[in-house]
Amino acid sequence: MFASLQGKGALMPGSGSRSGVSYDARGLVEPHADMPDNIEVDGGRARFDAADLTIRQINMALRKLIYNDGVGDVTVLNPSSKHSLAVGILKRCRIHFEGSPGWFACGLIDGPEVTINGRVGWSVAENMMSGVVTIERSAGSLTGAAIRGGDLIVKGDVGARTGIDQKGGTIIVTGDVGINTGFMMQRGRQIICGNAGMNLGDSMYDGAIYVAGKVRSLGVDCVPGDWNDADTELIERKFRIHGLGDPPEFQKFVCGKQLHNYDALEPSERKLVI
Amino acid sequence: MCGIAGVIHRDGTADVGAELTAMLQSMKHRGPDSTGYAVYGPADDLVVIRFVLAEPNKSTGFGMEERLERNRAEVESRLAKIGAEVATVTSDTGYAFRATIRYGGDLKALADYLEDVPGCEVLSLGSSLEIIKDLGDAETVSGQYDLGSFRGTHGIGHVRMATESEVDLASAHPYWAYPFADVAVVHNGQLTNYHQWRRRLEQHGHRFQSECDSEIIAVYLAEYMARGLSLETAMKHSLDDLDGVFTYVCVTGNELGIAKDEMAAKPLVLFESDPLVAVATEEVAIRSLVKREVETRDPYEREVLVWQV
Repeated sequence: MFASLQGKGALMPGSGSRSGVSYDARGLVEPHADMPDNIEVDGGRARFDAADLTIRQINMALRKLIYNDGVGDVTVLNPSSKHSLAVGILKRCRIHFEGSPGWFACGLIDGPEVTINGRVGWSVAENMMSGVVTIERSAGSLTGAAIRGGDLIVKGDVGARTGIDQKGGTIIVTGDVGINTGFMMQRGRQIICGNAGMNLGDSMYDGAIYVAGKVRSLGVDCVPGDWNDADTELIERKFRIHGLGDPPEFQKFVCGKQLHNYDALEPSERKLVI
Repeated sequence: MCGIAGVIHRDGTADVGAELTAMLQSMKHRGPDSTGYAVYGPADDLVVIRFVLAEPNKSTGFGMEERLERNRAEVESRLAKIGAEVATVTSDTGYAFRATIRYGGDLKALADYLEDVPGCEVLSLGSSLEIIKDLGDAETVSGQYDLGSFRGTHGIGHVRMATESEVDLASAHPYWAYPFADVAVVHNGQLTNYHQWRRRLEQHGHRFQSECDSEIIAVYLAEYMARGLSLETAMKHSLDDLDGVFTYVCVTGNELGIAKDEMAAKPLVLFESDPLVAVATEEVAIRSLVKREVETRDPYEREVLVWQV
């Protein structure tokens, strides 16, 4: 059974309970917020309805549950396309969104396993360090921008510039991707099961992009790559781990190394080489 | 950074004023400086004119009330002189007016004649289009102009964060496609060949109310439609002719269309059902209109879509 967490107090100076979004005199959202009083806890699990909560209240509740109360599994109901949810969570835990968050969801996370039973707006999992983010429907542009690690799975189509500036990790899209996918990516893998828009892998430094469908055009210095056993092993393993069924046949694209002279080593790895 | 929104009902009229207000208010963080609407009510044989006689932040002061009244009388006098039969003239603010007239003449001549009155700017002209824009957020503007009671088939809206020009009505969207009836545009982005197209269109006799690049799109589209092109074809042409990063929504008397440039750098989310199509910069605006989980998607680069009432 879930028990209510009513009356646990606010982490920030509050100004009365709020519903919907409020603004200060400059038009900025929510200068202060009170801890929501509708959180239900059952042992190591918790859940709350975010429909009438502000962005700040939702994130306050997540951080309090995960960091202060030792809750390892949180379900957020009705995120209602609100922005910047579950940003900066640096701890291994499980977060479930029942519904669609808005922009910048799960940015800067390091460790969480997030499932989103809905779609997401722009910039989901931006700068993710580690963890898994699984989106059951489509995603907007800049999906997985600058991620350094972890797995990001979108079970639908995504917009433009997927994995721009990607520095590690794996992005899997079961549908189509838009223009400039993998723009300036530096490490990591992208596995695209559908079609890719114009300028795939434009100005990429390193890493690999696998595409099962048609590619509208390749970007500057992006070229077809040689397939090897490690590619097969990676794709089969990722599909098995994330329950994606049998993988289709992919074509591999890599950096032609004509534009950038880049070794893709972390600083610590470079010291070992030198 | 601005926010744009559009809604079209394909099964009759609805509270489009209230719907757009909810959508725009949810995107207030994208632009609290001014809010504008282009809404379409049921068309009849009257021409609707929305015009202002002063900027809102310059509408008070010594002798201003008398000057506004004098200029309003001059507008009515000129309407009569040009052969228009005035049915109604009302004002919600003292500086912004709505007139309905019977008029079968040249709309360009009418607009030019009225704008010759000191301070007068025609915001919109048409059989069903009404452009309302003012300073402040959506709820403020909606309250001022009673948009909550406006019923119609479709409309677009814009919240503006002033970055490169004044906080005033001239810089606020939507833009009417002077001198073409019932065409308006809202835009999010930057056009880099604005001056080139402005000179070209000015050479064709068009005037511009503002220094805003977005106004080009409205006049450009109407210019092509006046040559016989459909809205969709004109919008597809614009992707080749207009340079920059942009997403825009255009409305006519019975259509709503969206276009994204080839870089797809500016956001737009689309919700489509049989009776209703809604577009907005952010999903949160769609959710303020449709209060449940719905399928939405981001249109891709160079995508042009048009829906009819």
